[in-house]
Amino acid sequence: MPIQYYIYLCLALFSIGIIGVLTRRNAIVVFMCIELMLNAVNLLLVAFSKMHHGAALAIDSTTKAGIDGQLFVFFIMVVAAAEVSVGLAIIVMMYRNTHSVDINFLNRLKN
Amino acid sequence: MSTIQILFFFLTALALFSAIMVLVSKNPVHSVLWLIVVFFAISGHYVLLNAQFLAIVNLIVYAGAIMVLFLFVIMLMNLNSEAEPRKHIWMKMAGVISGGCFLMVLVSLVRQATDMQQRTALMGSGNVGLIKNLGKALFSDYVVPFEISSVLFLSAMVGAIVIGKK
Repeated sequence: MPIQYYIYLCLALFSIGIIGVLTRRNAIVVFMCIELMLNAVNLLLVAFSKMHHGAALAIDSTTKAGIDGQLFVFFIMVVAAAEVSVGLAIIVMMYRNTHSVDINFLNRLKN
Repeated sequence: MSTIQILFFFLTALALFSAIMVLVSKNPVHSVLWLIVVFFAISGHYVLLNAQFLAIVNLIVYAGAIMVLFLFVIMLMNLNSEAEPRKHIWMKMAGVISGGCFLMVLVSLVRQATDMQQRTALMGSGNVGLIKNLGKALFSDYVVPFEISSVLFLSAMVGAIVIGKK
């Protein structure tokens, strides 16, 4: 499969995530759109890893090239899991204080 | 068209459709469910790319754990029936237009990149994504980041508890 197809798919998913962050006001949905953007990047990393592996396989049949990309995806998932636990705790905290998850209430932070 | 191509386009269409449905659903619970469909489609892409370990980890960690956490929080706040306050239509238009401009710029950039011409991703073969090879690399070359990530998890756990107890 040409690598461009994967790039276009991931760009589309990433842009949908950006549009969601810009247009929705519910903090939880905004957070979910950030997860969507992370997953688009993960998919692109795996596709590039396989592209690199395929190119290296033509030269050396026992190569391990491309394994770094997949391990990076693994570490991104680790960081995402930690980020979600802290982020959801902050959202629960914010709901307890303001009884709303509307992100426009948070602009009091700027004064 | 071969089977792999048909599966690729089916999963692509499924991922894009459900990602759009995440945005347009009014109810946050529906958004979570559509996001789980996106994660399943992306796991299907991983299987097509023969990255089996990441496919399973994606299902377990994202679709299994993180999304359940989201559902818990939504149901804890009892938001599932309440309609969220609507943003002004011009703000929505501005968001969609800026996101579309971002997409257009990057797509035109990729179309012109000569480095990406005639490059293909290896589908259905290549053993780099199997658990055996990834595990060997993870516990030899990447053992220090792996152990540091456990410290990260511990600090995230402590942080979540401290923030939640206040």
